[in-house]
Amino acid sequence: MSLKRKILELQKKREQVLQGGGEKAVEKQVAMGKMTARERIITLLDENSFHEYDMFVEHEARDFGMATKVLHGDGVIIGTGTIYGAPICIYAQDFTVAGGSLGLMHARKITKIMDHAMKMRVPIIGINDSGGARIQEGVNSLAGYGEIFYRNTTASGVIPQISVILGPCAGGAVYSPALTDFVFVVDKISKMFITGPEVIKTVLGEEISMEDLGGARVHSEMTGNAHFFAESEIECFDQIKKLIAYIPWNNSKKAQSVGTKEPKVDQYKIDEIVPGNPKEPYDVRDVVRAITDDSDFLEIQELWAANMVIGFGRMDGQTVGFVCNQPLVLAGVLDVDSSDKAARFIRYCDAFNIPIVTLVDLPGYLPGADQEHAGVIRHGAKILYAYSEATVPKITVILRKAYGGGYIAMNSRHLNADFVFAWPGAEIAVMGPEGAANIIFRKEIMEAEDPNKMRKQKVKEYKEKFANPYVAAAKGYVDSVIEPEETRKLLLHAIEGSQDKVDKKPYKKHGIPPF
Amino acid sequence: MAFKKTKVKKTTTSNINEDAKTRLSTISTVHGKNYKTFLTEKYKNRKKWEKPDFRKILSVIPGTVVKIHVKEGQEVKEGDLVMILEAMKMLNKIYCPMDGIVKKIYISDEEKVPKGHLMIELT
Repeated sequence: MSLKRKILELQKKREQVLQGGGEKAVEKQVAMGKMTARERIITLLDENSFHEYDMFVEHEARDFGMATKVLHGDGVIIGTGTIYGAPICIYAQDFTVAGGSLGLMHARKITKIMDHAMKMRVPIIGINDSGGARIQEGVNSLAGYGEIFYRNTTASGVIPQISVILGPCAGGAVYSPALTDFVFVVDKISKMFITGPEVIKTVLGEEISMEDLGGARVHSEMTGNAHFFAESEIECFDQIKKLIAYIPWNNSKKAQSVGTKEPKVDQYKIDEIVPGNPKEPYDVRDVVRAITDDSDFLEIQELWAANMVIGFGRMDGQTVGFVCNQPLVLAGVLDVDSSDKAARFIRYCDAFNIPIVTLVDLPGYLPGADQEHAGVIRHGAKILYAYSEATVPKITVILRKAYGGGYIAMNSRHLNADFVFAWPGAEIAVMGPEGAANIIFRKEIMEAEDPNKMRKQKVKEYKEKFANPYVAAAKGYVDSVIEPEETRKLLLHAIEGSQDKVDKKPYKKHGIPPF
Repeated sequence: MAFKKTKVKKTTTSNINEDAKTRLSTISTVHGKNYKTFLTEKYKNRKKWEKPDFRKILSVIPGTVVKIHVKEGQEVKEGDLVMILEAMKMLNKIYCPMDGIVKKIYISDEEKVPKGHLMIELT
């Protein structure tokens, strides 16, 4: 056989594999409003950058009539490519091949590309679209899942791991995305749950649809499992590209720097955003946009625990992580979910050398039996742990209220913040004036002829004396009381000056965070 | 120093007391198998899932009603400001979750409401 004929043979073989699960299965996939696995990879990566490996892998199981079946690539596509020039390892489960079910070789392909990503220290993206374990492969498919989880955990904090849920991802399979850094979901396409509606109906007699149980909205709004919500697959891919541009390729690098750009100051006037009345809400994201390059801000988990805002922006071209209380939602309180959300993000920034800027305006932890019983002590501790543990540059700006435990938790000087700035309207105190006056002046108020009048007077006294940034500044807890206009300049200065920050913690294998 | 060995009584179904026995419940689990097991209080008191009803505006935080911006029978659009609920030292703005007509207002100014309280119903 001449080489030319051998090349033709290869081309033929390739063509067969590229058909995936065949015309009918592809039609079905399209009818569900989904792209095929290869289309997804090609759309996501830079043009002509994708190289596929393990195309000719065959499935392992031969029992139960599996011997006669042809499963191209065993239902998963793996390879390498680039996104905006950044090297990427990627795998995508192909639902058209045996429902994307996971068998031994399917898992071997995934673990192979994960190992490659770890060796090369480049991000890994996993596109999940699978019916679950391939029952015919028995315990081999369980082994496959376990080996993926093990690698997810080992790679955690070393290389960025991104999971994209573009179809069902049920049972044990959900734990791979749960172990990764960022989970992307698409409305009406993504489904994630441990036990499906069928089982819930038989066991508990509760009827619930797949969408209500584990649809994209549920995970973006209620559970916090998903980090990015999109209306379509195309929008989802744009979000992934944007995220990749913001984060470093591995934990020994810094994120790629881009040219600096001034914020859109006409649109976001920093001294007009925060109302003088501490009871008036506002959108803290406007403050973020008033200080970031080009007023650009990539918000993460926008719909879940919205009383805490987290995300990436750039300052002088360098990626910065923002953690902010959001007075617009639930008065910006710390509660179970918002603590959880912030803590994980802080640890992400710390693992990947991203400086953290914290914008503070909160009344404190949310009181209530439901919060206490939901474990606000345990969850609230996470944010203290994460801030105290982080060794990246940590900068705090107190915009307005900073009361009680909330003040301590939001990267205060006491948790080893590097810079603490406060705006002149800041109120830093052990508790709000109303509550404090009632306790401190209880006797005076009770014994007064007109207790209400006395209370008002005492609240006013307390406000004047303590509801300002100068008591904290007098003790050095606040480094500098600044005008809002000066914020960007000072943040740039602070970040520039902490490029080579050294903060050595005592040796330990790892800490025991409250999770 | 050696620790004194003490016999640990194994808890099996044969030596747990009668009271505990009666608490053993049967629940059916995945793959159609039934198991005899203890149920936790949390499990027994769990709430059945209900589909959220956007026509009912519930309080998301305990607080005091400051101002109601709509009247019964009024037409409202998604995103309209319906009321202000003061909670946690903040005048929280409550927005309309959907287009509709205000069917009934269950609250009045100055009223203190707990979390999850039905405040306004739309049609």
